[in-house]
Amino acid sequence: MSKFFPLMEFIGNICLVALLSFGGWLVMQNSLKPGELVAFFSLVNYLMWPIMNLGYVINLFSQAKASGERLLEILDAKEEITDSGHAVKNGRLNGDVVFSDVSLQYTKENAEALHGVSFQAERGKTIGLIGATGSGKSSIIQLLSRFYEPTSGRIMIDGKPLEHYSLKMLRSNIGVVPQESFLFSSTIRSNISYGNPDASMEEIIESAKRAQAHDFIMELPNQYDTMLGERGLGLSGGQKQRIAIARAICLNPGILILDDSTSAVDMETEHRIQLALREVMRDRTTFIIAHRISSLKHADEILVLDKGVVKERGTHEQLLEENGLYKRIFDLQYKDQNVLNEPHFAG
Amino acid sequence: MENQAKKQTLMNRFFYTSDQIIEKPFNWAQMWRLLKYLKPYRKNLLPLSFLTVMISAAIRLTVPILIGVYALDKAIAGRDMNLLAILISVISGLYLVNYVSNVLRIRWMNKLGQHVIYDLRQHLFTHVQRLSHRFFDERSAGSILVRIMNDINSLQELFTSGVINLLMDILLLFGIIVILFSLSPELTIAIMVTLPVMFFISTNLRRKIRRSWQKVRLKQSKLNSHLNESIQGIRVTQAFTQEKENMMYFEGVNSENFEAWREATKKNATFRPLVEMTNAVGTAILIWYGTSLIINETITIGVFVSFAFYLGMFWEPISRLGQVYNQLLMGMASSERIFEFLDEKPSVADKEDAVKIKELKGRIEFEQVEFSYDGNRKALHSISFEVPAGTSLALVGHTGSGKTTIANLISRFYDATGGTVKVDGIPITDISLSDLRSQISIVLQDTFIFSGTIMENIRFGRPNAADEEVIEAAKAVGADSFISALPNGYATEVEERGNVLSAGERQLISFARALLADPRILILDEATASIDTETEVKIQAALKTLLHGRTAIMIAHRLSTIRDADKILVLDHGRKIEEGNHQELIEKRGMYYELVKAQYQMFQRN
Repeated sequence: MSKFFPLMEFIGNICLVALLSFGGWLVMQNSLKPGELVAFFSLVNYLMWPIMNLGYVINLFSQAKASGERLLEILDAKEEITDSGHAVKNGRLNGDVVFSDVSLQYTKENAEALHGVSFQAERGKTIGLIGATGSGKSSIIQLLSRFYEPTSGRIMIDGKPLEHYSLKMLRSNIGVVPQESFLFSSTIRSNISYGNPDASMEEIIESAKRAQAHDFIMELPNQYDTMLGERGLGLSGGQKQRIAIARAICLNPGILILDDSTSAVDMETEHRIQLALREVMRDRTTFIIAHRISSLKHADEILVLDKGVVKERGTHEQLLEENGLYKRIFDLQYKDQNVLNEPHFAG
Repeated sequence: MENQAKKQTLMNRFFYTSDQIIEKPFNWAQMWRLLKYLKPYRKNLLPLSFLTVMISAAIRLTVPILIGVYALDKAIAGRDMNLLAILISVISGLYLVNYVSNVLRIRWMNKLGQHVIYDLRQHLFTHVQRLSHRFFDERSAGSILVRIMNDINSLQELFTSGVINLLMDILLLFGIIVILFSLSPELTIAIMVTLPVMFFISTNLRRKIRRSWQKVRLKQSKLNSHLNESIQGIRVTQAFTQEKENMMYFEGVNSENFEAWREATKKNATFRPLVEMTNAVGTAILIWYGTSLIINETITIGVFVSFAFYLGMFWEPISRLGQVYNQLLMGMASSERIFEFLDEKPSVADKEDAVKIKELKGRIEFEQVEFSYDGNRKALHSISFEVPAGTSLALVGHTGSGKTTIANLISRFYDATGGTVKVDGIPITDISLSDLRSQISIVLQDTFIFSGTIMENIRFGRPNAADEEVIEAAKAVGADSFISALPNGYATEVEERGNVLSAGERQLISFARALLADPRILILDEATASIDTETEVKIQAALKTLLHGRTAIMIAHRLSTIRDADKILVLDHGRKIEEGNHQELIEKRGMYYELVKAQYQMFQRN
């Protein structure tokens, strides 16, 4: 721009000089009347503007072309997971989940994230997933909500493959409490009812109570109408997590997924949430991802994952007897608790 | 109808603060303060820019006379070929000079503007970095960012073009009026009839147009906030299948934006035709009255042509003056917000006679310390305790019991509102802040990773440490093995929200960072986030290395850490409930006993 305008002005000025020299000469030769020369001065002005504008527009055009290409790149990206034409759109899922020999590879360059994972979870049962970072715990959850499709193997809910249900129906029957509780810039009330905007106030309060969030919400200046997000007040990590739990409960889902969701609360609150969740979990299939054994020791089946493979499986007691990976994790964590096996606590 | 109602409720789904740029009345003191930022350039860029402005203005003012009065009237009418040739070469020469000076003017003015903006932003950032925690408690990161970026950007135009163009335009306007009067007072007065109209348009209509563009900006910022949030929260949205509802919301925000645009462009479109109209009226007057003056022989054809040139040049400065005026008003609003930050004093500051201490021993004492964040509710009630140098203190209690507050007071992020905090027997308000903080390291629960390599992230603890020292520290806390296993080792790029490191690995990095800093006092906010077991073992071992020989204040969650502490302080609602070591407190069967039991039961029973 800084080069463009002075140049344009300069070109216009050259035109004027040319007009003056040639026009002046013509007038002196009597082949042009002085009045006509004067008229030319105005006419040259009219000619200059469109020329200047043309340069400007060409410049704009090349900028627009570059932007357009980038836009098209996004618009052309394919929705990889879509509903089939005859997918079931409405209804409640019972929550009987079956994984049979499921493998997943995110991209060709990466190693397999899951390899030959099989398990069965009936309604009302709880499945615990434990393992180091990158062991494949989250991949199982991603597959269940159909954010990715397995590279091989089958996943079924209530006896039908996932594709049998529409994405909307599938996901609104799965309540997810993510590891990082993302809340939106809105009231606490709309955040809890995010997945179920038609929920009544009673349902919202009920969900909050079950997530042990009601008490602290009532202590806030505007209670359920308190703004969160950039203009709202900052909640502590534990409070956010409880709202995220309430959000999942508010869906009244057949399947509940707790992705390391009590990690940011203090020990007493975790205990209270767990007690309350037990009630919520009673008639749902629940998946608990955790690092702390205390979070999932009551699961009906615990899958111990390592590098995408199920290394051990069974109940807490069975796994302890197996004396393998789980037992090692247990010993490491339990060493803390041994402190308490002192006479004071014997009763 | 139902759809409409649904849309209405959906439009209340999200709320965003609008970054409102309001106009403020012109304020001389503030303007003067802004202009001071030009001061460093008063010997080079500023006079150079002024010079080019003067040259351009002078040439623009001279050429029409040369063409009209001299070329047309004298040379062409007098058939003087030589004079015409001389005039043409003079005019060409002037235009060439004008071209060069224009190029330089734009270059220098941009440079000047950029420099001023750079200085201002640097100044503001340096200042904000020094401010105390209290300042950041009261504001969201977003609102601070807006000031450092947007408000300063909005001043950019004022400095790059505004101030200097103002001078140019005033010069041109006065020049033109003076020249026109000297050529023909009658014709000048006749033409000036349009002046009030021009003025009215440029101020009044411009203001309306400006306001409607402001509205567009507000709508755009709402659109941006929503876009930003929806992309960040896309996983939640998809998991809760709210894509449709969010699309409806977006449609709403989008159409608000569209409407604002439509309104603004509509108003904008009325501007040019009106300009043309006034111009045409001026030209009509010129032709009508000018020709009669030519016939009367009061003026020559050359004067008439010069008039036509000047009339064409007249509008531009007037129109631009309106624009500069707009920039000024908006600049006032932005600069007021910027100065508000610059005038903010750090609430924690060094005393005049602050003690310089190079080496602390690390004994910490609290003497009846009280604290309140908001001046209302007390976060700490008369807390007293002592931590001998080289020993550890574990703070135990629920969220909100005051653990973090105690840690904050020791680092002097806040000053106690009552009582005294002492280090080595000296009240910390008497110790120079940088000396104090250089002896304290804080390991936060949520380790902040800066964008950069792992090497740089660890070196953050002591910026002048050699690579070997960094690696040494990483080895000491057991972080070396996982770092070396990364594809690029210590040169691996990590970022704030990246997935390269797990929570536990981040924790180890922060341990290495703290170890490298080699502080006398260590404040540790133990991670609650679950860490995979392998890393957990390393962390426990690393903690022992790190604590060795230092005074440690630990906001502890793991029972093993708490048990190993030399002293435990049990807090509840800002009050000290119990104090002692693990054994003593268990025997006391008080609150600590209950807390431990609760955890124990959670694990054993149910």
